[in-house]
Amino acid sequence: MTQSWDMTSEHLLRELAPQVVGVVARRFRDFVSAEDAVQEAMIAAFTQWPNEGIPENPRGWLIQVACRRMTDQVRSEVARRQRETTVARELESIEPCVDIESDMHPDDTLILLFMCCHPALTSSSAIALTLRAVGGLTTREIANVFLVPEATMAQRISRAKQSIKNSHVPFRLPSPQERAERLPAVLHVLYLIFSEGYVSASGAHLQRLDLAREAIRLTRCAKALLPEDSEVTGLLALMLLTDARRAARTGPEEELIPLTKQDRTLWDQAEISEGIDLLTAALSKGSVGLYQLQAAIAAVHDEAARSEDTDWPQILALYELLKRVSPSPIVTLNHAIAAAMVYGPSKGLELLRTLDTDAQLSGHYRLDAVRGHLLEMAGDFESAVKHYRIAAGRTTSIPEQNYLMTQAARLDDTKV
Amino acid sequence: MKYILMMNTMRAGHGVETWPQQDLQAHISFMMRLNKDLRESGELVSAEGLSFPDQAKLVRAGKDGVPITDGVFPESKEFLAGYWIVDVDSPDRAYEIAARASAAPGPGGAPLNMPIEVRPLMSASPPERL
Repeated sequence: MTQSWDMTSEHLLRELAPQVVGVVARRFRDFVSAEDAVQEAMIAAFTQWPNEGIPENPRGWLIQVACRRMTDQVRSEVARRQRETTVARELESIEPCVDIESDMHPDDTLILLFMCCHPALTSSSAIALTLRAVGGLTTREIANVFLVPEATMAQRISRAKQSIKNSHVPFRLPSPQERAERLPAVLHVLYLIFSEGYVSASGAHLQRLDLAREAIRLTRCAKALLPEDSEVTGLLALMLLTDARRAARTGPEEELIPLTKQDRTLWDQAEISEGIDLLTAALSKGSVGLYQLQAAIAAVHDEAARSEDTDWPQILALYELLKRVSPSPIVTLNHAIAAAMVYGPSKGLELLRTLDTDAQLSGHYRLDAVRGHLLEMAGDFESAVKHYRIAAGRTTSIPEQNYLMTQAARLDDTKV
Repeated sequence: MKYILMMNTMRAGHGVETWPQQDLQAHISFMMRLNKDLRESGELVSAEGLSFPDQAKLVRAGKDGVPITDGVFPESKEFLAGYWIVDVDSPDRAYEIAARASAAPGPGGAPLNMPIEVRPLMSASPPERL
């Protein structure tokens, strides 16, 4: 017990979490209780290791602590039933947790990832469970991130596990076919974790855990486990290429700074080049998907030294591909912006009209925000102000609202 | 997404304090049950009941920021009696919870069907996703 405690030790501890859950769940054939026991072991480690040093065999330490909890639990359960009937034999079946440390399967983390991102769960439950069981975060940390009480988060996680139990998913790796079917759900959860942390990493939320970094860590882990999957690689590239702009994305008062006005010298070049390398490797494998295309768009933005150097025709072509591969109203919206940059605002406004009847987007602030922007480009300031204000009234994000109100006020001032 | 569910009651008329004990008890246990269910479903962020409106004060900053207090105005028709903040997966779920709260039992056990105002909470993160 000599090593000192730092960020690396914390990451090491977190990476051990899913492996330990795997070992304990297999030993006791009970994922739900095993995950709870490992959470207790993690909390014990977070309390003891920084002061007492990291044990020589950290994984073995966690397994032993988690197993002890499991055994205690089984004992008290048996004792309770013994008072009612006689089931003494069960006690004999609790073997000590020796020799199970070697019972580690390289796929355990992947099994857990597929389990926690099970399609039976709502996205908020899947996110919470993934962060705890795969990410090795404590319930309190997750509750703080989502600004809900710890007890509420604990219940959300426990209900998520109950749904998994009720759906009778075995603790093993899904078949290659199942994996292919369910991978999009897994990637979607990782993507949601990333976007949840994207804006909230400043000022008042400084004490919050860095979810974007956490998502990148988990996606790196998924990529290491599924190195051949080009969409996993594409998602990691997308995260890095987006995260690279983090420092430039908000101003001193937390105000949003749009891409065109960002100080590009603040962009993280190391992240950009790693993202581009990953993307190039993924694209060379053939099957192009949703995340690779979004990463490619992010890369085009990142490669422009000045906003006016942006290769909009290429971005437009990528959005046209994205519209075919994974059509959605938000993609159409972004496609309209790209079209406006290439062919002028009237082309963009024409494309926006197709969204007016869209159930998901009509009445959504994004549609009015983009329309305001394109009307401004077209020189129709009066209508632009109107749409910026409608959008400001509809968004539920404070930085976004401030940004939109400022846009409207700025244009209103120039009118006079 | 987080929503606030605001329970507004009439100053006169609602008057829980004048109900027969049995009705009052039924109302209280209904509310306790609702909060318990929301806690167990992992959706409750907070729930608070407010004191009666006669204890409310209107405060403004006076000279040098010194507080100037004033009583509330008796002509106000509705008062906030309490609120819930819930974290749910859809607006429909927030409405469902509001409807349940609205039907809390009143005198004689009949549902009150109180108006519950439901509004999204503003957040620091962007709500839209691909």
